[in-house]
Amino acid sequence: MQRFARLYDRLDGTTSTNARVAALVDYFRDVPPADGAWAVWCLTGRRLKRLVPSRLLRQWGAQAAGLPDWLLESSYQHVGDLAETLNLLVPEPQRTQRAPPLQKLIEESIRPLGKIDEDDKRRRVLAAWSELAGTERFLYNKLLTGALRVGVSRRLVTRALAELAGIDSALMAHRLMGDWQPTPEFFRQLLTDQADADRDISRPYPFFLASPLESDPAELGDAEAWRAEWKWDGIRAQLIRRDGRTFLWSRGEERLDGRFPEFETEAESLPDGTVLDGEIMAWRDGPLPFAVLQRRIGRKKVGRKTIEAAPTAFLAYDLLEEDGSDLREAALDERADRLRTLLEATGGERLFRPEPVDFDHWDDLPALRASARERGVEGVMLKAADSPYRVGRKRGDWWKWKVDPYTFDGVLLYAQPGHGRRSGLFTDYTFAVHHDGALVPVAKAYSGLTQAEIEELDRWIRAHTTDRFGPVRAVEPVQVFELAFEGITRSPRHKSGIAMRFPRIHRWRRDLSVADADALETLERLLPKEAKTP
Amino acid sequence: MAENLLKPDAGGLYCAAGDFWIDPLRPVPRAVITHAHADHARSGSGEYYTAEAGRPVLRQRIGHDDDLISKAYGEYFELGDTRVTLFPAGHILGSATVRIESAQGTWGVSGDFKREADPTCAPFKPFDCDVWLTECTFGLPVYRWQPTGEVIGQLLDWWRECAGSGRPAVLFCYALGKAQRVLAELNRHQLPGRIWLHGAMQPLTRCYREQGIGLPDTHAVGDAGKGEDYGQDLVLAPPSAAGSPWMKRFGNHSTGFVSGWMRVRGNRRRRGYDRGFVLSDHADWPGLVDTVADMRARSVITIHGDGMALAGYLGEQGLATNSWNLRETLRES
Repeated sequence: MQRFARLYDRLDGTTSTNARVAALVDYFRDVPPADGAWAVWCLTGRRLKRLVPSRLLRQWGAQAAGLPDWLLESSYQHVGDLAETLNLLVPEPQRTQRAPPLQKLIEESIRPLGKIDEDDKRRRVLAAWSELAGTERFLYNKLLTGALRVGVSRRLVTRALAELAGIDSALMAHRLMGDWQPTPEFFRQLLTDQADADRDISRPYPFFLASPLESDPAELGDAEAWRAEWKWDGIRAQLIRRDGRTFLWSRGEERLDGRFPEFETEAESLPDGTVLDGEIMAWRDGPLPFAVLQRRIGRKKVGRKTIEAAPTAFLAYDLLEEDGSDLREAALDERADRLRTLLEATGGERLFRPEPVDFDHWDDLPALRASARERGVEGVMLKAADSPYRVGRKRGDWWKWKVDPYTFDGVLLYAQPGHGRRSGLFTDYTFAVHHDGALVPVAKAYSGLTQAEIEELDRWIRAHTTDRFGPVRAVEPVQVFELAFEGITRSPRHKSGIAMRFPRIHRWRRDLSVADADALETLERLLPKEAKTP
Repeated sequence: MAENLLKPDAGGLYCAAGDFWIDPLRPVPRAVITHAHADHARSGSGEYYTAEAGRPVLRQRIGHDDDLISKAYGEYFELGDTRVTLFPAGHILGSATVRIESAQGTWGVSGDFKREADPTCAPFKPFDCDVWLTECTFGLPVYRWQPTGEVIGQLLDWWRECAGSGRPAVLFCYALGKAQRVLAELNRHQLPGRIWLHGAMQPLTRCYREQGIGLPDTHAVGDAGKGEDYGQDLVLAPPSAAGSPWMKRFGNHSTGFVSGWMRVRGNRRRRGYDRGFVLSDHADWPGLVDTVADMRARSVITIHGDGMALAGYLGEQGLATNSWNLRETLRES
């Protein structure tokens, strides 16, 4: 634990990427494998199941600090991170114990908390608070409250581990995918420079991500060297068929298999050693809105009724593995040919390769992109015909050319403090539009302003608060913002009756007054026909 | 007390019984100034009353000396129907708290204050009062300062680490007070290299030296040659210099910020500093709470900062509390 805490201090004490990688390399070089495995687990964003409810931690924290509960809450609102708040409030022990190694701490002190009753939990946590100090106690709290985000991306960790193992970082990224347990054995395997022999059969490949196209597609060169596809509005996923079993992974590396029986049944006819990259879509003779798919996400058991109301399909657009061999180095055209042949033989109604977008000349594309919305897609993907399947977001070969978002002008109504880097600042905003002579909240947005604008708006909010509800401030309805969003659906759960997809701030419209803001009726006109309630 | 002796006005406080203002931000006929920071001392007023020790710094800040009337700590003087005494606040050189004795009772007014020892100024001195107007910059219990020696130790470790890799250590801190306190603390140690000052810190640091405060040798960045090597050195600069073209001369460097705000990680990360050093010239939460007891006040009014939490907490301890927003008085008129 001390070693891990020192690593944390080094990572936290610099803003330089190279210095962070160096700190990681130093740490992983000498760390005992049992601790190293857990460190990789934590630093790549995996989290322990929540073992103690946050409510209890707050209660015990307030008691240990001798403060009323409300003062702990105010402090938490200010700091924006519960683990840090508890560490700052609970008095530091006079004499500290030597912290156990990371693996021991997690496996013997933290994980068992899930299995004991509330009194014992309390005793154990209070004991830890009176034995650990400083960074060690902060990290203990972090492990208790969820993911350990320490300002290093998974990419940096991958880079450091690859450097240490002396292998390509793409291979390291692959080793870090999928289901693995943080065991000493895993850590040793991770750092070997030998080829991967008996790998886990469920392990997916790292996803290749497209970059947004900001220029004219014609600048990409000869149109014949490029292929176009629709940009589907679903869940990016890999479907793996190995050893007679099917595994389905989302891009967030969540196992989804078992949740989509309609196409998983069809996947059973795929030959062993097949990996498809594609999109899970809500689908009935064509794409359905993302909101329909949302009814399926997170639902582990699905009945016939759900499937009828929200049917799904897997749209396979790439083939990463065939007959058990890695195809990622082959050209896109070749992978596409093989995919077509494969799915013609084994595909089905719910597992198929969507038709690519046909175009001869760059001039054809703008009109196709403009038709995206009525086709129920997000835009057009452009992929170089000879491109391999790379790792992560590498610019140059794959581009996404999304349709312009919808926009509207809304009035700032409420504000709430943010978390992490934005702690202590009012950065979470609620916006409203006109309806029946009043302002109705329609969207919450967190992003889109510059740091300078955030700070200016924060000062304005503090000076123009009209009411407080816990952490939320109501402000004078004066400031107008242009907001962008990707889609809109009816929602009986919202007061306005509508819900927006990915709303974010485009611009601070200081030139507009409240009267200039949009009306709810304008937004309602954008509702897709089929999503309207009968 | 039937009536308040003080009320918020002109961005500061007005005392009708004595016909004077404390720390006004707009020009007034007669001002009592607690200390020379710009949010407490502005030019343009008629008469200025200030603590003797604060005179040179205040003169530096407001630009003239003619209307400055300075008083020793603990020496009382009559203003209107009141008797006023200045006490050391321990905030920066020459900072004061104000005691006002009147028919409406004894009121104590803090500008800014701290309870930790500071080699550059006289320590805070409590006095009895009925009503205590307390600053509340760090009015949450998460703000609790470590011993100064520990923080200076961290700062020196960082400087040595930077010097070891030949990178200048650029430390941001407020030009008046914090910079000189850090210098005075460093003066007690063996230093890894030279210390450079940003131009904004030069005249104020000279002021401190002239009053006999022991500070290590410093050099002006403005006097440095073009190819100066700062690789072993510490550079002190105001936060406004961060990210400015002025920083280019230091090449590959590390940045730190000395402030009480650095106690919270998000504050540091948002500002993008490599390192944060938690050293403040304001009272921390225990300091604010303990001072109320030391002043034996029965009534507390928070000024300067968000006082909701402190007022709420003291209220639960049975004290009469209120929070005043002094800035508000500037908006209305």
